[in-house]
Amino acid sequence: MDSKQINGMKGDTPPDRTAIKINGLNKWYDEFHVLKDISLTVTEKEIIVVCGPSGSGKSTLIRCINQLEPYQEGTISIFGEKLETNKKGAALIRDNVGMLFQNFNLFPHLTILENCTLGPIWLRKMPEHQAIEESTALLNRVGIADLASKYPGQVSGGQQQRVAIARSLAMEPKIMLFDEPTSALDPEMIKEVLDVMIDLAHSGMTMICVTHEMQFAQQVADRVIFMAEGEIVEEGPPEQVLKNPKWDRTSLFLEHILSH
Amino acid sequence: MDKQRIEDSALLKFIPQPDRPPKTITYGPIGWLKKNLFGNIWNTLLTIAVFSLLFFLLRPFLEWTVFKAVWTASTRRECLSISPDGACWAGIFPWVNNLTYGLYPDALQWRVNLGFGIGLLWFVPLAFKKVEQKMTFALMGLLLVPFLANYLFLGGDRSNVHYIIACSALAYLLILYINIVLTYLKRKRVEQYLEVFMARFSKKRATLLAHSTIWLFFTVLIACIFKGQTLAYVDVDAWGGLFLTLVISGVSIVMALPIGIVLALGRRSEMMIIKWFSICTIELVRSVPMITVLFMSVTMLPLFFPNTMELNKLAQVLVAVCLFAGAYMAETVRGGLQAISRGQYDAAKSIGLGYWQTMIFIILPQALKSMIPNIVTSFISLFKDTTLVSIIGLFDIMLMARNISIDKNWLGLHSEPLVAISVLFFVFCYSMSQYSQRLEKKLNTNR
Repeated sequence: MDSKQINGMKGDTPPDRTAIKINGLNKWYDEFHVLKDISLTVTEKEIIVVCGPSGSGKSTLIRCINQLEPYQEGTISIFGEKLETNKKGAALIRDNVGMLFQNFNLFPHLTILENCTLGPIWLRKMPEHQAIEESTALLNRVGIADLASKYPGQVSGGQQQRVAIARSLAMEPKIMLFDEPTSALDPEMIKEVLDVMIDLAHSGMTMICVTHEMQFAQQVADRVIFMAEGEIVEEGPPEQVLKNPKWDRTSLFLEHILSH
Repeated sequence: MDKQRIEDSALLKFIPQPDRPPKTITYGPIGWLKKNLFGNIWNTLLTIAVFSLLFFLLRPFLEWTVFKAVWTASTRRECLSISPDGACWAGIFPWVNNLTYGLYPDALQWRVNLGFGIGLLWFVPLAFKKVEQKMTFALMGLLLVPFLANYLFLGGDRSNVHYIIACSALAYLLILYINIVLTYLKRKRVEQYLEVFMARFSKKRATLLAHSTIWLFFTVLIACIFKGQTLAYVDVDAWGGLFLTLVISGVSIVMALPIGIVLALGRRSEMMIIKWFSICTIELVRSVPMITVLFMSVTMLPLFFPNTMELNKLAQVLVAVCLFAGAYMAETVRGGLQAISRGQYDAAKSIGLGYWQTMIFIILPQALKSMIPNIVTSFISLFKDTTLVSIIGLFDIMLMARNISIDKNWLGLHSEPLVAISVLFFVFCYSMSQYSQRLEKKLNTNR
């Protein structure tokens, strides 16, 4: 089963499957309308960068996709299956979606290797030695195999975020969500994380990245989405959104972050 | 030229330099004393003042406990005639047996020793690095040792099931030690020899099969060896002293944590019935004095059971103490749970872990680790609180000590037993606290 999945990722299946389909998504925090009627379709292997001012609902949007936040209206489907808040929905997410967080959220009481093997052993019922083997390979891929026996508190932020990437990859997701993965990092560490993300993008992963790294967007994104006040205000290929934005709001925001 | 000659002659003539002052000792105990206690005149004065004060305060105490104490005498009157203002330790010695075992028959006390010895043997290997699967056999110990201990302590005609469980506990311990020896000899563990064979039946479960086969084999072996030998029955009323104190505190300490965890998780649950049940239990038990809970367990608990069922006092007390300790522990654990950031839950969920997996692998280990000082504090106070059971007539070490003063030979001997018990309690509680500090250091993963 596992080998089939990997082959599937590499492209035996037609590439234009719909990975995520969001339809009329509305979310309120009490009175506050965070997401206003969001609709979005993501094809497999597409790289989408979501940007926008803080409080615009971009993090909430991808947290909804991963069922970390409940929403009041609308539907989300993953590979054509409607996402519901039950065991089936949880399994759907577990098998298809991985997520990265701003604060890494590694498990501090487990070693870096154990962080990665936990999921495969307990959820994919993989024998321990195989899980260790595969996780070591993943840690190798993100360039930190030599830190496997350390604890997260003992390594740098950039290394922690790369561990988090390896931990997500260990579950072999087809879609990865990134919630500002580099905003808690020093400039010199941002690059090492972005390099891994670029590598991931080239390997055919479907990605939705909430990030302000515009260079990353220009380099790998297929589409850039600009959100403001809970709405998608601008959407299109990076050249168009970043160079010739249609809306004043977008250009103002871009001026701000590019001047840094 | 002249100048040069003078200088030359100065070089030739031996002029002794003034002596250097002797080197002050800055190392060792003397160096430490000089630096810290007698550094300058004020320090010296202060040191002398403090030490003389200590001397005046401690002297009467030391005189009473050591210098003027009586160590051998046959009655309190004899003590007083030898030294009227010293402690009469002689009164403690004849009671040591009772203070330790209560009224447990002398000839059967080996059973108590054996029970505690096995308990100790079970948990000693946890301190060694090379031993594998510590978690498993610690849990097995908590599960099996109570049965074995109960079988040994109570004796009498017990059901076959109970006998088999007791034997299986012994078997488990035996395998454990065989494995430890094999590990140190750098051999494979016992069950690994069998695993190859078992793999023929089921590859997946070979380890489990091998484990259980060996366990079963030793259980049957031990059961056959001890077959037909019944232990004399010793009623719970005869249990007492330190033995009883350790049984009550041991059981309640072991039970408090699981009860506390379940109640704490229940209180944070989103399911209303479970949530309110937990809240009610915790708040009710916590807002009542422990003595009341103890009294109620003895007077009220029997009302809930049919008349024919005879409950022993110890069981009733244990239920009460466990409930009480669990309710307190629940709040301690909840404090730990609240300190875990939401990100940990998010991360666990994003991997796909379910509620119980998240709790067992991610949240509880961190919560409990951060709560070790508080948990051990609860354990220590629980250990001391068990002396309250003397109030409902269980002959724990406290009541035994009080009984010394009404012994006709030692009439009025109040202070000495209390001091002795204080020392004993201090030893137990201090070692608990030291152990917790070691555990904290060991589990700290941030360095």
